Amino acid sequence: MEILMSLVIGALLASAVYLMLSKSLLRIIIGTGLLSHGAHLLIITMGGLKRGAAPLLGEEAAAYVDPLPQALILTAIVISFGVTAFFLVLAYRAYQELGTDNMDEMRGNEAND
Amino acid sequence: MKTNDVILQTTSKVVFFMIVLFAIHLFFAGHYNPGGGFVGGLMTSGAIVLLLLAFDIKTVVKGFPIDYIILVGIGLLFAVGTAAGSLLFNIPFFTHAFGDVTLPVLGKTSLHTAMLFDTGVYLVVIGVTMTIIQTIGESE
Amino acid sequence: MINLLILPLLIPLVTATVLIFLTKSVGAQRVISVISTIGTLAASIVLLLTVKNEGIQTINVSSWEAPFGITLVSDMLSALLVTTTSLITLCVILYSFRSIGASRERFYYYSVIQFLLVGVNGAFTTGDIFNMFVFFEVMLMASYVLIVIGGTKIQLRESIKYILVNVISSALFVIAVALLYSVVGSLNMADISQRIAEIGQLPILTVIAVLFLIVFGLKGAIFPLYFWLPGSYYAPPVPVLALFGSLLTKVGVYSILRSYSLFFYHDQAFTHELLGILAIITVIIGGIGAIAYWDVKKIIIYNIIVAVGVLVYGISVATEESYKGMVFYTIHDMIIKAALFLLIGVMIKITGTSDLRKMGGLMKKYPLLGWTFLIAAFALAGIPPLSGFVGKLLIVRGGFAEGEYVSSLIVLLSSLVVLYSVIKIFMNGFWKAPKEYPGEDSQPVTFLWVPGAILVLTSILYGVGAEVMYPIISQATDALVNPTIYIDAVLKE
Repeated sequence: MEILMSLVIGALLASAVYLMLSKSLLRIIIGTGLLSHGAHLLIITMGGLKRGAAPLLGEEAAAYVDPLPQALILTAIVISFGVTAFFLVLAYRAYQELGTDNMDEMRGNEAND
Repeated sequence: MKTNDVILQTTSKVVFFMIVLFAIHLFFAGHYNPGGGFVGGLMTSGAIVLLLLAFDIKTVVKGFPIDYIILVGIGLLFAVGTAAGSLLFNIPFFTHAFGDVTLPVLGKTSLHTAMLFDTGVYLVVIGVTMTIIQTIGESE
Repeated sequence: MINLLILPLLIPLVTATVLIFLTKSVGAQRVISVISTIGTLAASIVLLLTVKNEGIQTINVSSWEAPFGITLVSDMLSALLVTTTSLITLCVILYSFRSIGASRERFYYYSVIQFLLVGVNGAFTTGDIFNMFVFFEVMLMASYVLIVIGGTKIQLRESIKYILVNVISSALFVIAVALLYSVVGSLNMADISQRIAEIGQLPILTVIAVLFLIVFGLKGAIFPLYFWLPGSYYAPPVPVLALFGSLLTKVGVYSILRSYSLFFYHDQAFTHELLGILAIITVIIGGIGAIAYWDVKKIIIYNIIVAVGVLVYGISVATEESYKGMVFYTIHDMIIKAALFLLIGVMIKITGTSDLRKMGGLMKKYPLLGWTFLIAAFALAGIPPLSGFVGKLLIVRGGFAEGEYVSSLIVLLSSLVVLYSVIKIFMNGFWKAPKEYPGEDSQPVTFLWVPGAILVLTSILYGVGAEVMYPIISQATDALVNPTIYIDAVLKE
C-alpha cells in the first residue's frame, strides 16, 4: 500500500512540476494545487497507513489510527485552499490589469518597467 | 447569458433548504462525531453558490444583504473571544470548559465552549468562501 | 499570569479583527492600531523582563500536556525578537500615516499589518514545528496582501512570483514536517530534539535537515534561493518594504537557527559546513548586487542579502561566541534595516525618484535627515561604537577561533562593501549640487523622518549599551548552545 501511495505522490508531484514550468498562469495555479495534494498525501502516508477505529473514547476498538496526521492534513488543506483562492483572484486581476497570462511577458526586466 | 432554467431554479429553491439543514446537522454533529464548523460552513456556502448558479448574483445579494467580510470579522471575534476567555480564569490559553446541563425541552444536553469557537469557524468559512466567489463573479 | 507570552500574539489578533469593522474610518483605524501596537510592545517588554528574571516561559495551549499538545515557548531569544518586531511595526505604522495613501488605508492595510505581526511573533514564539508552519502561513498570507495592496502593475506582476515561490516552499515545508514526523514521531521541537539525541542523527535526518534548510532558506533568502527577493521586494511601497526587509527574512534565519541548534546539530561536519559555504556565497552575491545598482531601494535590498549571509555564517560556526554575535547582529540588523528603508523612503518622497543619479544636494535643505542617514549607514557597516560592530566582531572572532580564516575574512571584507554601497547613497543623494524637485515642499518630511530617527536612536543605544545587553544576549544563547535548557523548560522533567 505504501508503495502504491508513493507512486501516486510521485505522479502528482511530477505533474505539478510539469504544470508549474509552463508559461500559462492558470496551469501554474493548477500545478500548485497538485503540489499541495501530493504533500497532503505524503503526510497521511508518513503517519502510517493503518486500519483501525477513529481515536474516540467510546469506540473501544482493538486498534486506533493516529489522529495527528489527519489533523495536520486538515490544517494544510484549509491553508492551501485559502492560498489557491487568493492566487486565483490575483491571477484574474493581473490578467485584467496586465492583459496577459503569459509568464514570459511578466518579466521584471528593464523593458517592462 | 440568460437561459431558460426553470427546473434548476425551482429545484434549487427546495434543495437550498435541504443543504442548509444538512449543514446545520453537520455543524452540531461536530460535538462528538465527525463534522464541525468548517464542513458546516463550506456546506452552507455551497448552498448559496447553488443559488448563485441558478439565479444571478444580484438576486442572491438581494436575498442575503450581508457584507461577508463583516461576517468574517464577527466569526473571528467569536473564535478569538472563546480562546481568550481562558485569560480571565488564568488557565492556559484556549482551555475549554464543558459539562452537562439539563434543559427544559431537550433534556440532558452536553455543552462545550468549543461550540462557540466552532460557531466562529462556521461564520469565517462562509464569509471567506462567499467573498472569494463574489470577487471573481462580480466583474462579469 | 501564565498567559503572558500569548499577549504579543493575542493583542494584534484582536486588533486586526476589530479593524475589519472600521474600514470606513481611517482616523479610528490609525488610533487603534497605534494604541494596540504600543500595548503589544509593552506586553513584550514585560515578557522580556519576566524571562530575564524567571527563565524560559512556556504555555501548553488548551491545557494539553507538553509533547502532545501545542506548546508556546518564550525563551530569551524569542522574547528579544518579539520585542524588536513590535517596535519596528510601531514605527512603520507611524510612518504609514502620511505616506501610504488613503486608498490603501481603507483597504484593510492596518488590519493586515496586525495579522503580519501575529504571524511573525507567533513564528518566533512557537515550540511546535507544525505550528510554526501555521504561523508562517499567517505571516505569508498577510504579506501576500501587503505586497499586492494598491494593485499597481508592477505589484501585480511581482506578487505572482512572490506567491508562487512561497506556495512551493510551503508545500516543501509540509513534506519536510511529514518526513520528520515519520522518523521521529513527534512535532514538539523539544521532544524532537530529545528523540534525535537518543537515536542519533540517521542519514535520513540529514536529508530532512537539508530539506528544512531549503524551506527556511527560501524565506530567508540565502544562496541560491535568494533569486525572488530583489524583484519582489522592489514592488511594494516603502513602509511595506521596511516591514518585509526587516522581519520576514529574519523569520527564515531564526527558523534555521532554531532547528540547526536545537535538533539538527549532530552531523555538523556536513550540515553546518554546507551552511557555511552557502552563507559565504550569499555574502558575496549580496555584496556584488549592493555595489552594482544605482537605485536606492535595490541597494538596501541587496544589503538584506549580505546581512542574511553574515547571520547564517554565524549559525554555521556554531560556537557560543558566534551564536552571541549572531543574536546580537540579528536584533541590530532588524532595527537598522527598518530605519534605512524608512529613511530612503523619505528621500524618495522628496525627490520623487529612487534613481541615485537623479538625486543630489539634499544635505542643504534636510541636514537632519542627512546626518541620521549617515549614522544609520555607519551602524549598518559596523563602525564602533555603533551596534553593527559588536555583533560582527563576535561572529568573526568565533570564526577565527574555529580556524575558518578565509570565510571570516570575507565576512569582514563584506563590511567594506556594505559601507561603500551606503556611502554611495549618502554622497550622491546628500552631497553634490542641489537640484530642484517638483512637489518637494508639499511632503511631510519631518513627520516621516521621526519613525526612522526613533529606530536609529534605538540602534545607537543598543550599540552603546552593549555592556548592558551582553548578559541578556548570553541568556539567549545559553539555550542555543545547550539544548537541554530548552528541553527541560518545555517538558518540565
